[in-house]
Amino acid sequence: MSNIEERVKKIVCEQLGVKEEDVKASSSFVDDLGADSLDTVELVMALEEEFETEIPDEDAEKLTTVQEAIDYIVANL
Amino acid sequence: MTDKVLALVTGASRGIGRAVAERLARTGHKVIGTATSESGAAAIREALQAIDPANDGIVLNIADAAQTAEALKAFLDQHGTPEVVVNNAGITRDNLFLRMSDEEWEAVINTNLSGVFRVCKAMVKPMLKQKSGAIVNVSSIIGTTGNAGQANYAAAKAGLEGFTRSLAQEVASRNITVNCVAPGFIKTDMTDVLPEAQKEAILATVPCKRLGQAEEIAAAVAFLASSDAKYITGQTIHVNGGMNMG
Repeated sequence: MSNIEERVKKIVCEQLGVKEEDVKASSSFVDDLGADSLDTVELVMALEEEFETEIPDEDAEKLTTVQEAIDYIVANL
Repeated sequence: MTDKVLALVTGASRGIGRAVAERLARTGHKVIGTATSESGAAAIREALQAIDPANDGIVLNIADAAQTAEALKAFLDQHGTPEVVVNNAGITRDNLFLRMSDEEWEAVINTNLSGVFRVCKAMVKPMLKQKSGAIVNVSSIIGTTGNAGQANYAAAKAGLEGFTRSLAQEVASRNITVNCVAPGFIKTDMTDVLPEAQKEAILATVPCKRLGQAEEIAAAVAFLASSDAKYITGQTIHVNGGMNMG
């Protein structure tokens, strides 16, 4: 679990170009971390690659915060 | 292994697509050309492998969503992400509007417009990951001027140019350009079938007083596909002997 959390946060940092200390579980990709809509699509693509899974578009749209992404990966891995 | 730039060219068995595929193959690209039939793919293979055995021809029917997804997945698995995608495949089903059937309308929209959507759908995601690429869509002067007997074709090509500008805006920040080349009256199988009288009437409207050559379209496509054109996106380059000067 903590491992997944770290991996998700690492990808968020890489994709959005933000510092690790700024990425909190409650951080919203768009509102807090400055992602635009294409960034969020690319973030999902990066998560799919990291965790070797497919995230359907209808699920991807619901992933708006770091915690939601972590929960999704935990539930679907 | 090859240090050549990977390029996918649809509709490469003849005409403009063939000229584009050969031009790219001669200028540092590994080219995979597509045709709707096995015999078309074989013809591309033969022509392109005469330039370099790494080139290939594959079967792709962009009018068929399932076949397109499958064929392009196989392409990506085998060759990786292309740097250059040329959407050239297109058809005509000319008829006066009053006589145009639903089937004629839909066939042209499905291939010339939705087909490009499908190819881009498969290619843009890996290109985003690659963070570079050039998509060149072959439009037509008819998309700008309209043409009696080609309501379907004109709608599809005008739509293609609007699609191009929208996609260009979405992916520009990821170093991917999306442009159109709009040929005028070019000597190909598509224009060879026109009646002589109509050809002469069209030629009378071309200031350069001659048909264009497919190679002249290929030159514009190759430019937009090159690193020299990285700051050009969402544009349509008209190559038409002055037939329409916008």
